Amino acid sequence: MRVIGMIDQIRMRRDRRNLLALLAPGMLWLLAFFALPLVIILLYSILTNGPRGAIVWQPTLENYRTLFTQTIYVNAYLRSIRISLETTLICLLLGYPLALFIVRQPAHWRTLLIFLVLIPFWTNFLVRIYAWQIILANNGLINGGLTALGLTPLALLNTEGATLLGLVYGELPFMVLPLYAALARFDFTQLEAAADLGANRWQAFWRVMVPQTMPGIVAGSVLVFIPTLGQFVVAELLGGAKVDYLGNLIQRLFLRSNPINWPLGSALAVIMMVILLALIFWYFRVTREDER
Amino acid sequence: MIQRKPARWLSQALRSYAILVYAFLYLPIVVLVIFSFTRDEFGVRWTGFTLDWYIRLFNNPRLMGAAVNTLIVGVASTLVATLLGTLLALALERYRFRGRGAVDGLLYLPIVMPEIVMAVALLACSALAFDLINALTGHVLRRNLVTVTIGHIAFSISFVTVVVRASLKHFDRRLEEAAADLGANSWQIFWRITFPLILPGVIGGALLAFTLSLDDFIISLFLSGPGTSLLPVEVYNRVRRAITPEINAISTLMLLLSITLVVLSQLAQRRR
Repeated sequence: MRVIGMIDQIRMRRDRRNLLALLAPGMLWLLAFFALPLVIILLYSILTNGPRGAIVWQPTLENYRTLFTQTIYVNAYLRSIRISLETTLICLLLGYPLALFIVRQPAHWRTLLIFLVLIPFWTNFLVRIYAWQIILANNGLINGGLTALGLTPLALLNTEGATLLGLVYGELPFMVLPLYAALARFDFTQLEAAADLGANRWQAFWRVMVPQTMPGIVAGSVLVFIPTLGQFVVAELLGGAKVDYLGNLIQRLFLRSNPINWPLGSALAVIMMVILLALIFWYFRVTREDER
Repeated sequence: MIQRKPARWLSQALRSYAILVYAFLYLPIVVLVIFSFTRDEFGVRWTGFTLDWYIRLFNNPRLMGAAVNTLIVGVASTLVATLLGTLLALALERYRFRGRGAVDGLLYLPIVMPEIVMAVALLACSALAFDLINALTGHVLRRNLVTVTIGHIAFSISFVTVVVRASLKHFDRRLEEAAADLGANSWQIFWRITFPLILPGVIGGALLAFTLSLDDFIISLFLSGPGTSLLPVEVYNRVRRAITPEINAISTLMLLLSITLVVLSQLAQRRR
């Protein structure tokens, strides 16, 4: 082993140039087309919006002041955070038992079952959300059934309930995959040990299984919460764009001409980034504590 | 025996629950496919079987143009992202170097970043760059398929790297050392030993990058210019107006394509 280690070390020194050749292209791409754009919106967020959406190079904190004082924006955060939390919680309630079920199956079934969760994850989000329109529309599948039974049709589409449904549907795979990974590492004989020590099933679940799968729970929650916070498609297609979420505001401030305001939109995007970084930081703290 | 009974009850409950969740995941997909064959012109009721909507689709120049654009962007971004992502994976798995943690962080950030943030950042960046080019050279540039492709590459690289790294984890370095002992130079070692062994991972990564590009909607919406529409953006513009069986048909085809690609990608990675 030591000889191989030495050979590795010699090769490492010789291969400095190779390392640079491997790293540089990808890193430069990510720096130029991922990191730099983020720095630019950070910059835009402290500039002034001029007439007809022109950027005026005059530093200001006005954008952030607007975002924290005007009710339309404050309400949009609160609404976004609320629906993102609801989505995360429902995904957890649907995803944990599902992941638990998959982990307890024989190996060859497990691969297939997790693959079935993976498929929607890789198929077009927009199309899958659109499919719910067919089910929920006023003349759609559910209401068609209700009418056939002689019942009054319900207003299902263009409600907040429909938005929540669509978000849960879209994000569920992001919850199941980390939960599955965490549960696959869990040693189920510990539950028997807990039972031997007098714990009932509920106590064994809460005091043994949940704490030990916490990294998966946190990872899944972060992975569901973050994209939900920035969504605007579901709110438009299923919620009928009746109320504003953060994503809808950003989209409008950047793309729709009335009122176009890139500095304000940038400030919103920056706030979203800050929330993301805080959550990632929290995730690493939780997982590191677990390893100790 | 007494102790086991509630356990069986519990696992039965768990099984039923899991079946319901799977039904929830697949119901919309099944409904979408079925209603792409209905005669109903609103696309929400079953009034008989027809293939008309598919035929109409292929005769719609706008949608077909968008489909071609989507494929061009998909192929171009996959080629570049696969190359860059594979190189990064090799660097990260093979070398220990200072700043490796920072590289890792920069690589994983695009996976977790809300796509809308990335989209507006790229939009702002491209606008600034175009203004700069205009001021310096007088050329007027517009967002087109190239800007979209650049954006797709930026988020695909990370996914490719993750997949290729997974295939490098099980790599037996002694094979390369044996080849070196037998007199092969590093170029020969790479192409004759390393590359064939990581090829399944590279193909898997490439297929995922392609799928991501075909499915991407948000970055495509923000970065495509006038007259260079992509399929998901085209679908979005129509869906916002009304449900039509034509949209059901194009959606079904898009679903079918992504599912095929994911299955292929999984098979490629399995064969080791």
